[in-house]
This record gives sequence, C-alpha cells and structure tokens, in this order.
Amino acid sequence: MSRRWTNDLSRADATPEHLFLNRRQLFGALGAAGLGAALPMGARAQDALEPNSFEEITSYNNYYEFGTGKTDPVKNAHTLTTDPWAITIGGLVEKPGDYSMADIVSQMDIEERVYRFRCVEAWSMVVPWNGFELADLLEMVGVKPEAKYVAFETVYRPDEMPGLRYPVLDWPYVEGLRLDEARHPLTLMATGLYGKPMPNQNGAPIRLIVPWKYGFKSIKSIDRITLTDKEPPTSWNKANPREYGFYSNVNPEVDHPRWSQATERKIGGGLFSRREPTLMFNGYDEVASLYEGMDLKANF
Amino acid sequence: MLARDAFNRFARRVPTWIVYVALALPAPWFVYLGATGGLGVEPIKALEHELGQWALWLLIAGLTITPLRRYASINVLKFRRAIGLMAFYYVTLHLLVWLVLDVQVLSQIWADIVKRPYITIGMAAFVLMLPLAATSNNWSIRKLGPRWRQLHKATYAVAILGALHFVMLAKGFLLEPLFYMAVVIVLLALRWPQRRRKTVNRERAA
Repeated sequence: MSRRWTNDLSRADATPEHLFLNRRQLFGALGAAGLGAALPMGARAQDALEPNSFEEITSYNNYYEFGTGKTDPVKNAHTLTTDPWAITIGGLVEKPGDYSMADIVSQMDIEERVYRFRCVEAWSMVVPWNGFELADLLEMVGVKPEAKYVAFETVYRPDEMPGLRYPVLDWPYVEGLRLDEARHPLTLMATGLYGKPMPNQNGAPIRLIVPWKYGFKSIKSIDRITLTDKEPPTSWNKANPREYGFYSNVNPEVDHPRWSQATERKIGGGLFSRREPTLMFNGYDEVASLYEGMDLKANF
Repeated sequence: MLARDAFNRFARRVPTWIVYVALALPAPWFVYLGATGGLGVEPIKALEHELGQWALWLLIAGLTITPLRRYASINVLKFRRAIGLMAFYYVTLHLLVWLVLDVQVLSQIWADIVKRPYITIGMAAFVLMLPLAATSNNWSIRKLGPRWRQLHKATYAVAILGALHFVMLAKGFLLEPLFYMAVVIVLLALRWPQRRRKTVNRERAA
C-alpha cells in the first residue's frame, strides 16, 4: 500500500448546499462510529467533490439481474442473501481458494473514496464509496508472473435474482481488467457507501469500482475472481462488441454508436438540469500512462 | 352479444371531446410529477420515456379500431381521429422533451438525427405524422376524397417506425419493445386477409 491516491477537484465542481450539508453530517456519523480514524487525510482532499445524496445513489441503478428498469433493483434486490459471502479466487494465483468476506475485510484497510461515477448511458453521479484497493487483495493471494488479466463474475442465483429469468445478457455477468489496470491505486473493491454497508441494489456485499471507466465495468456482487493470461470475454462486449469495448474508458471523443459521449448529466439536477462536458478518463488523468501508445479509438 | 351492443350504444353517446381531454391529461400530470420528484432522481429520461410510451400506446389503439369493428363488431370509429391526434400530441411532446430538456445542444441534435439510426427512424415517424395530423379534419376529408384514405395508410408505417425506434434504443435483449413490435405486426397483418379475399372476389366477378 505504497501509492495512496488524493483528489484534485476544486469547489467549482460543487453541487447544491443541502448535499454539502449531508456530507458534514456523514463525517459526524462516521466519527461517532469509530470509522473516522481512516478519514482525516483523504477526507480533506476529497471534500472538493460533493457527492450525490444517499437516496439518489441507491434509487437509480442499473443491475439487470434484478430488472432492466432503473428502479427495479431498489425494489427487487432485497432478496439477495449477502451474508455469509465468499469469493472464489483462482487461476494464476499462488493461494487459490474460497475467501470469506470476513476474512478478506479483516486483512484490508477500509477507507473512503469520493469518486465520480460515469454511466455509459451519459449520466453521472458522485459517490462516497468505502473499500480497499484491489491491488492489496491481489497481493494477498499472490499473482503468478504469467497472469495478464483479471476476470470477475457476479453471483448467479436465479432463486434470488428475478432478472436472470430473461436472456438480457449471457448470465452470469462477467467483467475484466488488464492486470496493470487492476493494480492501479484508483481501482477499488467497494464494501459500502456513505459509511454504511453496501446496499443490495448497489452491488452488496462487495463490488468493483474503476472510476475512469464506464460504470458497467465496475461489476457488482463479486462471487469469483480469476487471474488469466488471456483477455476475458466480458458480458456487454459479448452482447454487442460494436457498442461496448473491453476497455470502455470514459472518452468524450469516442461516441457510443447510439449517442454522444461528449456530455453527461449529473443525477439529481431535476427537470431543467444542464449537461456538462465529459472529461477524458472521467477526470482521472493519472491513468493515462496505462494506455500510452494505444489507439483509444480502436481500443475503446 | 348483449354486452357488446350495450357498449356500442354507450360509445355512441360519449362525446369525442371527453376522449381528447382524458387522453391529453396524462402529459401535464407527468410534467408535474417530473418537476416535483415523482418521476425519480432522473426526471428528464423518465418523462421522455412516459411520453414516448403513450404515443406508442395510442398508435396501437388507433390500429385496433378497424379489426375491432371487423372481427368483434365493436364500433369506436368515431374516436379514431381523437386517438390519432393525441398520438401526434404525445410524439410532439416526446420530441420536445428530447430537444429541449435532454440533448439541449443544437449542433448535437442535428448530428444525432443524421448519425444515430434509431433517432433518424423516430424523426421519420414524426415527419410522416405531420401531413396526417394536418389533414385530420372534415374539410380535408372532403377535399382529398379517396386520396385521404390512401394518405392515412401512412399510419401503418408510423406505427412500425415507432415500434422499431423503441426496439433499437433498448440496451441488451429486452422483451417489452419486442412485444410492442409484435402487437403492431399482428394488427397490420389482420388487415391483409380481407383485402386478398376482396381481390379474389373481384377476379371471380370479372
């Protein structure tokens, strides 16, 4: 855990005052819960980015295992059993096996990360996630030198996930990263938001957050992690390779075939909210070096 | 049978202005909901979707009138103009929400219409509806004569394009838009057999 990450946003990105006030309350609550210890340094830097409200973040979700409507997950996801939970970690690792959530979390440093979240559908949010760096988990299980990619799978439980009845995608949901992306200090395994355990509709109990990529790359309710030497086939890429590339980096210059990606609308602005320009890599310029020499229009 | 006759008698007594008013009201109601948080945290998309959905429902309702009369002897022909014009009203509002609230940027609007097939198709449906809406009055019917019927068959194309627009904007494999497309196709298919029979009869007569 050498390279810590700090925010670089200014107050110019600020949102309405009531959200700002919510945030002050949050820090009070976190402090009282004894979670505050991890916050002071990062919290000050992240203050500049004002998160969406808890209600906004938890009531507008894409989680097709619980339905394709934006409000389906909040209605249906309560049926998912998230405790006990274990992740099967395998493939090119030194210590493969089933790792229980409790076991993993006890060995990780949970911290708060206020990240922009940009959906491929051209809407965005700001979310205060809680979690740990994926790099730390990979270090714990030991990655073999031949490994080049990480594949993730969402849990597959037809009894608990009504959306699986429909062949919207090739279930279970699969996503993947190149190993250097996975090890980047921005890449987070999130276990909660707003200092609370992860709500089911947001991907409880543990999900990935890759803030410089479109939201669908940040797979929810992870059941399996596999280190491989080949690029894993990913769900949206399999469903429609012309529209959803393996990389799916936020890029205002590469349109989705059916809509422009040049602008986005932040959730919570109401009926008359303005669009804002989308930033390259969602504003996380520090990842640019990962793609040096790559044609990001071909590798979209 | 009795129920059907009672219904037909009832329909004859209902003034058409009631249908106009009843069908117009959901739109302002959705705008009100959107402005007050009743459509969730992303009201623009929700409003756009609701208006588009009503437009498609009314297009489908308009297409059911002829088969209802032909196969079930239910006569609601007097409401067809109201239903068609209100479909146009919802398509126009749907387009306005997309232009003014959703896309906002003029240059991007034109780029979207040209570049994105599902938007091109939606726009084509809207443009096709313009002459239909403009001639939905008694004067035009008199003036155009038999050509009025021919012109208004463009409704079939509008319904197909509208359903196709919905199918094409779906992310992933979704049943709902395919269901609407299937309903439109069935309603149009119901119009074929009788026409063929007529042709056969005419040939026999000749």
